[in-house]
This record gives sequence, structure tokens and C-alpha cells, in this order.
Amino acid sequence: MMKNDIILAGVGGQGILSIAAAIGLAAVANDLFLKQSEVHGMSQRGGDVQSHLRLSDKPVSSDLIPYGKADLIISVEPMESLRYLPWLSDKGWLVTNSNPFINIPDYPSLDEILKEIKKIKNHIIIDADGIAKEAGSARSGNMVILGTASPYIDMSFESLENAIRKLFGRKGNQMVETNLKALRAGRECSVK
Amino acid sequence: MKRVLLLGDEAIAQAALDAGLSGMYAYPGTPSTEIMEFIQSSKVGSDRNVHREWSSNEKTAMEAALGMSYAGKRAMVAMKHVGLNVAADGFINSAITGVNGGLIIVSADDPSMHSSQNEQDSRFYGKFAFVPCFEPSNQQEAYDMVFDAFEVSEKYMMPVLVRITTRLAHSRASINLRATLPQKKLSLPVDPLQFVLLPAIARKKYKSLLSAYESLRYESLITKYNNFKDGSKRDLGIITCGIAYNYFLENVGESISDFPVLKISAYPFPKELIKDITGRCKEILILEEGAPVIEEAIRGILDDGIKIRGRLDGTVPRDGELNPAIVAKAIGLPVSYGKAVPSLVKMRPPSFCIGCGHADMFNSLTEAIKPYGSGHVFSDIGCYTLAALPPFNAINSCVDMGASVTMAIGASDAGLFPSIAVIGDSTFTHSGMTGLLDAVVKNSPVTIIISDNSTTGMTGGQKSQATGRIEQICEGIGVKREHLRVIVPLRKNHAENVCILKEEFEYRGVSVVIASRECIQTATKRKRSENSNE
Repeated sequence: MMKNDIILAGVGGQGILSIAAAIGLAAVANDLFLKQSEVHGMSQRGGDVQSHLRLSDKPVSSDLIPYGKADLIISVEPMESLRYLPWLSDKGWLVTNSNPFINIPDYPSLDEILKEIKKIKNHIIIDADGIAKEAGSARSGNMVILGTASPYIDMSFESLENAIRKLFGRKGNQMVETNLKALRAGRECSVK
Repeated sequence: MKRVLLLGDEAIAQAALDAGLSGMYAYPGTPSTEIMEFIQSSKVGSDRNVHREWSSNEKTAMEAALGMSYAGKRAMVAMKHVGLNVAADGFINSAITGVNGGLIIVSADDPSMHSSQNEQDSRFYGKFAFVPCFEPSNQQEAYDMVFDAFEVSEKYMMPVLVRITTRLAHSRASINLRATLPQKKLSLPVDPLQFVLLPAIARKKYKSLLSAYESLRYESLITKYNNFKDGSKRDLGIITCGIAYNYFLENVGESISDFPVLKISAYPFPKELIKDITGRCKEILILEEGAPVIEEAIRGILDDGIKIRGRLDGTVPRDGELNPAIVAKAIGLPVSYGKAVPSLVKMRPPSFCIGCGHADMFNSLTEAIKPYGSGHVFSDIGCYTLAALPPFNAINSCVDMGASVTMAIGASDAGLFPSIAVIGDSTFTHSGMTGLLDAVVKNSPVTIIISDNSTTGMTGGQKSQATGRIEQICEGIGVKREHLRVIVPLRKNHAENVCILKEEFEYRGVSVVIASRECIQTATKRKRSENSNE
């Protein structure tokens, strides 16, 4: 049985819903069952946001992932990656951006955060913003992270590329190409 | 068959379009907003010229939808749960008038109050009004139920309530679509007095509503969504409804076949099925998202039947939404948590966007109010409510749409001076205008600050009915021109704005200060789309 339970984490406005939409489109193209729960409303104003994304070859029941069952946390912000550890399974992977989004006065030290992340057995920390900038689009850090996390999602890389073509197609060819470049650059950072 | 990936909200919108909708009416409110937004952006909506403009509030939306139904066409009105309070007068009386074209009221509840001030359960309203209520447990059911809800509505000439909760509204799944039905033609009610609720007519219609509601229990389209499935267990039976069913299924997996399960997704709920399952089992666990509506009905006052477990005996928490862990514990299954959240992880509450005009307005307000001490500022529902949090700590109330104006009036009646209201532009046209009229008529010494960002911001930037009209509205209501001040909340205007606010606080009559600057979010979006159109 194929099952991927993924938690996407970040701060309102950082683009985690685009990651969710890309994976969702790929899942539909792969004929998988899917449920994806999002946060809309008040929290989107700079608060912590998360999305539960569940893919399976069998029908999915709960819209929310049970504690201890997530296979993957994809986070566009380092502190936010830690907020969802109660959901991560023993064998799960944590893939996170290293660049903090500081909009609270008591944001902890980044070194301490990274130390906590490194305590997780399966973790990848990347400078998604830097890689995105190199790829030519500072705003595609979310697609870099998706690329880095992609080996841990049980769908072909090609199907994610196609999803990005579909997702950004309306915004023009250049938008598609920069996001694809970001996705591929992220993929190269992955250890797998 | 076409399959598409849709939010629960979008599935309802798509179904309404596919079922021949002619009019969609709504006021934005999380978690219901995306229903109207989907119809506004859909091709079918524009091809078929479906009405899809926002209304000023839920009451006007409800009544306009009833008018569309009067004219024989299918209409839907959508709102968040507390919006149904605003629409309640029209909603409850629409049960007595009945409908002509099919009419669906969608109320999206927000248990755990992710974006709300309470977690009331709309199913109470269904029973209160004697209106059938559908409660889908997943996106496909939400889609399918809309078709059946329109059929029930037209067959029984009753409005139908569709109740969803946040997790369904804002969760995506792939849906099988049906063929599109034609829209209905304009046709007036056969009985010209159907919608005239004069007491003599209303009494007759109320009697027939009561008997129609009872006969709904045997309506096949309702019973279709209420399923009993027996299992080998006799020590525990499950009654579950709406989205709670998913959490149950998630936990028990294939061993669901052991459990006797009654899944309720349509109301009035089936007494016979409840008697059936309770007669088979020693204990019943009731899992429902929201209030213990079914549980209270089954327990009654005597509560002397079989052992019932649920929200009322502490098996399930009395408040807050359900999740897989809560349901696991209620069934007696173990929950395996991952690692604990490290203590260094800090709360990250929502906050004003960088460059937000509300924030600049509050900076000026905080300085202007300082000499009077704290406790003078009544506020309202919108992004600006975030001023209750540090570093602003600038407001003293947030109760319901429009209450800032009227609470300021009442407090000034009691002698509080100055008494100040802060309300957003969209909230002002939703429910603030009538309060302002009260203030003008008795010349209350209040200062109303309308923080005008020219949009309905908190719900994501929907069109505000107030845009370009606030000054005219205030003048029309009778606010004196010299006490109708317009300021631009920018840091560079801070000193001047503080002066203006102080002047108006000191005025012993009604003054309105309009702090006007476009929402930073909608401004960015607008500029981006203008650039891409060039």
C-alpha cells in the first residue's frame, strides 16, 4: 500500500499552499486518492500555518493526519518545522529551509533552532532562499524546498514537474521555467 | 466522468452550479468565503449569468436568495455560523413562507474558533426553524448532497440547511462531477399569498410546516444519508455524524466491520434507526463535530436508558473540534505521539502586515487616547481586531459585527467619556450604519473611527460595499460635515492625525473619523495584476 502523509509548515504568506497545490495536481495525475487540509482566515496574517496533505492508493478517511503518522514535514521556515514534531513518525523525514522569518519579538536563536532540528534522525536543512536567488527567482524558495523533499514523496519527479507546468502555466512560460529551475536546484540538494 | 480537486467549499459551489443555480448570495466569512469566490471565478457562473455579487450582510443575502426562490429559480446563500445569527430572522421565517425555487442555506461552523468568536452549532438552527439539515462528511458527499438538497427543497417547498465545519470547508479532495442541469425558468408562486406572513396566514402555514418536518423523517433522500450497519460487537455501538465519521474510520480501519455504526448525515434524524442501534448495544459512543446535538436528544432529561458516552460525560471534550487522537481515546485505542515540540518554539500569533494602515491608525489612536487612560475603545470584527494583542493592546471589545458603534453609544449613555468605536469599512456597511443612525438621532458623544482599507481584508480581500461611499453614507445618516474627518493613516501624518483625533474626542456629539488607506495586501495584488495586464 502506498501512503504519504505530509505536513507543510510555514508562516502565513510564505507560499505553502503553492507547494500543496503542486503535490495535489501531481497526485491527481497519478490517480492517487488525496485529502489536503489548509488554513484560511485569521492565521494567514503572519501567523503559523500548516497544511495536512495525505496521498494514498486507497481512499483517505481523515482530513487530518493522526499524531505520529506523518512521513514527511516540509517547512519553509526553521522554527515552524519543529512545531509539528508530534505528528512526525519515527522513520519520518524533516526537510526545512534554514532562513528564519522573524515577525515576533521573542524569536529564539537560530543556532538553537538548528541544533533542535539536527536532533531529528532524518533531516535536511537547506538555504532555500539562497538557492532560489541563484536559480533566478528569489520568490521560488518554496519550490526549492519541494524539490529537496521530492525524493521522499512516492511520485515521479516528472509528475511534479508537470504539476508545476500546470500550476504556473497561466502566469506565462518564464514563470514556469524559473519555478522548474528552482525545483530542480532543490532536488540536487537532496541527500537521497 | 470528470474528476476534479476541490475544497469542500468549492465542491458545494460546483454542485450548485451543476444543479442549475441562478443566484448565489453571501457575505464573506471564514470558513465559508470560498463558496462565493469559486462561483465568481467559474466559467459556468459567467456563461449562465448566475448572480454572484457579494451582499452587504448575511441578512440581505438571505432575503435576496429568498426573493430569487420566490421567482421560481434555484438560489443558494452561504455564510459562516455566526452569520446565520444575522440572517436568522429571514431564515426562520423562510421556513414558514416556504420556497418556490429550491433554496439552500449553507452555514459553515468553526469549532475550535480558528477564525471566530464562538463555536455555535448550526444544526440547532435547523431544528429551531424546522428546516431539514444535511451534514456532509466528505467533499464528494458535499457535492452530491447539494443536488438532493435542492430536490428536497422543491418537493417539500422548504428551505434546506447544509451544515459544514472548518475541516471540510478547507480540505481538498478529488470529486466526481455529474452532468449539468438546466436552470429553472422564471415562475411565480402558485399561491399569491404564500409569502405573506400575516398572522392568520402564518398560523396555517406554521401548522403545515410542523407536520411537513415530521414527514421528512421518512423522506428517502434524507434517509439515504443515514445509514445503519451492524457489526459483531455488542458492548459498543457508534453513532457518528458529519466529519466525525472520518476520524472514526481512520482509527478503526478495516475493523469497522466489528462495530455496529449509525452514520447520521441528514436531519431530522431517524428515530427508528437510533432505537435500532441502541437496542442492540450495551453502550453507545456518540461522535459529533460541534455541540452534543444528537447526544442530548438521545439522553433526553431522564437519561435512564443504556449507557451513553460522548461530550456530556467527558469521554469526548465538551468543546473544540474533534481530531483523530480525540476519537482514538474515546474508542479506547492508543495514540502514539511523535517527539514533543521543543520548548524554544514560540507562539506566532497573527499580526498586522508590514505597512498596514490599521497599524498606523492605532499608533495615532493610542497616543491621542493616552490622557484619558485605558478602557475607552470599542472595536469590531476584522483585521483591526488584532490591535487587542501586544504591542498595541489598544481595544477593549470585539463582540459581533457592528457592536463597536452601539456599545460605544451605550457606554457613553452610562457616562463614559470619551467613548470611541473602531470599525472597518466593510463591517460598517454590514452592521454599523444603523448604530450610527441611533447615535446621530440622540446626538451621542461618541467618536466613530472607520478604519477604511477599501476591502474585506481578514477573509482575503473581497469587494467592500463601502468603497467610495463612506463619506456620503455618514453625511446621509446625518453626521455633521465639520465632524466628518478624513485622515490618511501614514507615519508621516502621525502628528496631524493625533491632533484630529483629540479634537474629535473632545467634541460632545457624534463625530466620525475615516482613516482611509488601501489594504497593503489588495494593493500589492492589484499592482501585480495591473503590471501583468500591461
